[in-house]
Amino acid sequence: MTASTSSSPVAAVRAPRGIPWVLLLLAAAVAITFLAKGYVLFQATMVLSYAIALVGLNLLTGYNGQISLGHGAFYAIGAYTVGILVEHGGVPYWLCVPAAAVICLAVGYAFGRPALKLSGLYLALATFALGVVTPQLLKYKHLEAWTGGVGGIVLIKPEAPFGLPLSADQWFYLFSLATTVVMFLIARNLIDGGTGRAIRAIRDHHMAAESMGVDNSHYKSMTFGASAAFTGVGGALSALAVQFVSPDSFTMFLSISLLVGVVVGGVGTLWGALFGAVFIMFVPGLAEKVSKDLAWGVYGVVLIVFIFVMPGGVMGLIARLRARRLANAPGASP
Amino acid sequence: MEAFLQQLFAGLATGGIYASLALALVMIYQATHQVNFAQGEMAMFSTFIAWTLIQAGLPYWVAFFATVAISFVIAAVIEFTIIRPLHKAPELSVVVVFIGLLVIFHSVAGFLFGSQIKQFPTPFEPTAWYGTSYLSPHQVGTIFVALCIVAALFAFFGFTTLGLKMRAAAQNPGSSRLLGVNVGRMLMLGWGLAGAIGAIAGMMVAPVVFLDPGMMTGVLIYAFAGALIGGIDNPVGAIVGGFLVGVLENLIGSYIVGTELKLSVALILIVGVLVVRPAGLMGRVVVQRV
Repeated sequence: MTASTSSSPVAAVRAPRGIPWVLLLLAAAVAITFLAKGYVLFQATMVLSYAIALVGLNLLTGYNGQISLGHGAFYAIGAYTVGILVEHGGVPYWLCVPAAAVICLAVGYAFGRPALKLSGLYLALATFALGVVTPQLLKYKHLEAWTGGVGGIVLIKPEAPFGLPLSADQWFYLFSLATTVVMFLIARNLIDGGTGRAIRAIRDHHMAAESMGVDNSHYKSMTFGASAAFTGVGGALSALAVQFVSPDSFTMFLSISLLVGVVVGGVGTLWGALFGAVFIMFVPGLAEKVSKDLAWGVYGVVLIVFIFVMPGGVMGLIARLRARRLANAPGASP
Repeated sequence: MEAFLQQLFAGLATGGIYASLALALVMIYQATHQVNFAQGEMAMFSTFIAWTLIQAGLPYWVAFFATVAISFVIAAVIEFTIIRPLHKAPELSVVVVFIGLLVIFHSVAGFLFGSQIKQFPTPFEPTAWYGTSYLSPHQVGTIFVALCIVAALFAFFGFTTLGLKMRAAAQNPGSSRLLGVNVGRMLMLGWGLAGAIGAIAGMMVAPVVFLDPGMMTGVLIYAFAGALIGGIDNPVGAIVGGFLVGVLENLIGSYIVGTELKLSVALILIVGVLVVRPAGLMGRVVVQRV
């Protein structure tokens, strides 16, 4: 009998085995700050903001089974919170990001409560409508004094504090990286603990979960709120990175992008968010080079192909490869 | 009072379009218990096909019926190739595939036909005899067409053998198979009909809002609201719901919230109906017992 500490071959990245990979990734991420030019740093920052947003959506849809086709709305709320607080309140940027999280938590919970009665398809419908309506709501003329209407709000990327020898791009990238690490840690804690088990139990069989003492109403609405908070933080970071918020950045297609990211990365996985974020950041650009109008068509085809061929996304593929490798390794039981 | 009646009748006219699209949605839901998120984009794509045929010189009504036939075929093919393999898949997968279809239709339409706004002709002359001061001939025509579709479907489902088979396949696929009904073919037929109805809805709305790839996204939301209010599993409910949503949208938009927030009214309607009475006005109330 081997004395190894490994669990089942299909285990997700779990301490202590996964830690070297994580540290390597972190070191590479920090190295990018000094090796890359301004525009690449901007793209990396956007990848991080999408990754946080995707963690949020995955928390709701992957781990809790509530389908949301309108998460772009929460991304927009996070972004506009930053815009409004900076523009009209003079709040420093590092306070705006947690503020965006809190506001999105409240809005998400408020949406999640009536959504308790909706399941599956009907929730997808309601959130689809939310996603379509978001730009219209942002353009509403009675809110123009705050939101800047169609023109939106212009922001300025913050400079490095304490006179550090970093450019604004570099500093904000490191800030986003730190935020991403914190959000991932929070998510990991949430998912691995009792809350995460409750959330997944609701996804797998909500009636059995309820009869085992899991308060469905509480967990489902809190998950909605938490998911919205994560996505809002992503939106907040993106607002500062792009230095501009406007209603037309947050159309239905943003919600669809987030969905694509979750499906590509792996539904119900944490690290899938990174793969998904890289995908939705770079693939539209590549697709546009092939054909300007068909860029979105590529998304659609990718969605359908992934569902048929790789329903577990990239993380699912990695898990399958790892399982196969461990099954074929010498010394493994037949 | 004049203005109110004006808004009311205008609401009925747009309601006719929502009712038609809602009917297509309900047809697919009845047959497969899935909501076709791509219905709007499929309708838009069909309208572009019609536009191309008209540009090529075909008279309106020839292009109309040709488009209906082509849309029927496209929808049936989609059911067979993409939707059928997923009938046992989890809900998320199905929804994601529908969204994928939505995106594909949207971008292919933009690619093939260009995203510039185009004018779409209406077969109902602006000076025709049936126009009134409240309704333009096109609006009268739209309502008339919607009612014709309803009557035709009613006759088809109620009085023909094929209609009976389709209803059987939707209600109880297992037993229907045992009785010799080819359920797969009925599903294709159902999708084809939905595609055809969607095409008609698209061709009715295009003269009003002009033809471009984003034409149907808003209409789809209203159609959802209409289908949900009427009852997602009841075709008559879809019609009633569609007209109701059209009128409500217009009245609330004119008198309460202003025209920019009209779509938000649809969102509130959707969430409201789903929370208060998910079965809608005329749908079957499903009670789940543990």
